Amino acid sequence: MLGMGLVALVALPPAMNALGETYLVSLFSRILIYALVAVSLDLILGYGGMVSLGHAAFFGIGGYVVGILAFHSYEAEPLFTWPFIFEGTENGLLTLPLAMLVSAFFALIIGFFSLRTTGMHFIMITLAFAQMLYYFSVSLEAYGGDDGLSLYARNQLPGINLGDDDSFYYLCLGILVIYLYVSHRLVNSRFGRVIQGVRENERRMQALGFATYRYKLVCFTIAGAGAGLAGALIANQTEFVSPGLMHWTRSGEILVMVLLGGMGTLFGPVLGAIVLLLLEEVLAIYTEHWMVLLGPFLVVVVLFAKRGLYGLLTGRKP
Amino acid sequence: MTEPLLQVTGLNRCFGAIQASRDLSFGIVAGEIHALIGPNGAGKTTAINQLTGEIEPDSGSIVFDGRDITRLPVHKRALMGLARSFQITAVFEHLTIEENLALAVQAHMGHSYRFWARADRDLRLTRPTRDTLRLVGLEERASAPASSLSHGEKRQLEVGMALAGQPKLLLLDEPMAGMGPGGTVELSNLIGELKGRITMLLVEHDMDVVFSLADRITVLVYGEAVATGTPEQIRANPLVRQAYLGEEHD
Repeated sequence: MLGMGLVALVALPPAMNALGETYLVSLFSRILIYALVAVSLDLILGYGGMVSLGHAAFFGIGGYVVGILAFHSYEAEPLFTWPFIFEGTENGLLTLPLAMLVSAFFALIIGFFSLRTTGMHFIMITLAFAQMLYYFSVSLEAYGGDDGLSLYARNQLPGINLGDDDSFYYLCLGILVIYLYVSHRLVNSRFGRVIQGVRENERRMQALGFATYRYKLVCFTIAGAGAGLAGALIANQTEFVSPGLMHWTRSGEILVMVLLGGMGTLFGPVLGAIVLLLLEEVLAIYTEHWMVLLGPFLVVVVLFAKRGLYGLLTGRKP
Repeated sequence: MTEPLLQVTGLNRCFGAIQASRDLSFGIVAGEIHALIGPNGAGKTTAINQLTGEIEPDSGSIVFDGRDITRLPVHKRALMGLARSFQITAVFEHLTIEENLALAVQAHMGHSYRFWARADRDLRLTRPTRDTLRLVGLEERASAPASSLSHGEKRQLEVGMALAGQPKLLLLDEPMAGMGPGGTVELSNLIGELKGRITMLLVEHDMDVVFSLADRITVLVYGEAVATGTPEQIRANPLVRQAYLGEEHD
């Protein structure tokens, strides 16, 4: 089934172009990017048992890294000149890793404080940090403040023309597949086992001899980097970044994708992203109050498919 | 007399107006099974939690293996060879039995910041895990989730997890709690087998188990150690009889 899904995703652009539905290619690029951020959230939520309501912060930071670097590149004005001259850039080989690095750094700082709490407090403190960053981005007048920041073009990568929607789609698909494989290795490694043990019973893990806080922090940071990568892609996809990327409702949306698809699985969040965004798209055709229809659907899935859509399809427990 | 493996001296701990540990002192000699008994609310679990580091004492000291561990965090004590089983079964329900034990093994193999290699194909993990599986008699269920085990089997797994790290001192907090007679026999046999190889502190309500397994017994009353001695001495001790019969001191 996974193979079929992958074939369908690979075959999507030529099929859509043949049908003249080129818009769907860019819609699916967006879906793949959200799948990426949802998978990264699931690493901490489904595997690590850390319910974060601030994951969009790292998504937004990744986006802003791309946006701000592109802005400085276009203006031909260095980002800063001390201690060394740092020029803006539109080179994807630099912007994507930098987006991951900066997001990971913020995740490290936010995690450092948040992970001292658990449960409801953790939810609230991650939410608070994310909202802080949201308002910070609103206050960035130089970068468009509330209105956001437009890119003049997508980043460049050697050998790929990202301006072409099909190529961009394949880049997103490739990155998602690689990210899924890396995550697959991660959750089955020693580290992955520790993280799952912490989800099950943190106190027991400490009694076994694990410094659980540090493992959680590393996991939180890794997830932040993944979200930053997705944010860098979304900035390229829409050629636009705005504070809305970081808003807590965005975090909620990503959370819903994970829950809908099935947390504690790697493909569940992908499925969740596909279903949620397609439903949004389809329902919006019929009514602008599509939330009214989407809400009950989510309630039904959460109530009757405790393991999400992925669990429903495979009958497998997470 | 040899230096005790664990020496507790003058431990005090209050919860509000309740003094759960009162000038608590006792020592555990390497190789023995030392039982901690006392009526409900005598502060047995509080004592264990102070040994493992989950609760900090208000005052007093704990020396383990020649080192003062009074203020050491939980995981560092565990790595020094102080393992425990929990009164309320604490296994990782959604992981398999094998994974449960492998985690316990892994804990003592240096850091676990290994992000790539598959843990289930790591012989350094799987071999000792298999040994422990055999020891606790759960070999055939290895790949079943821990949630599928019966209560008694979970207790066995719990003890297995504590054993997997080859601890110097094993703290067993009511290992027989909630077990049927069959399970009690099986677990007593396991503890009996380990006798001499691993030093144990046993907190247990089942007096038959305590008196048949323990080399020495310490009796707690209102957080205080009122007597320590061999099972015979304890049986004959008038203070102990008073405590268990619920009589007040004259």
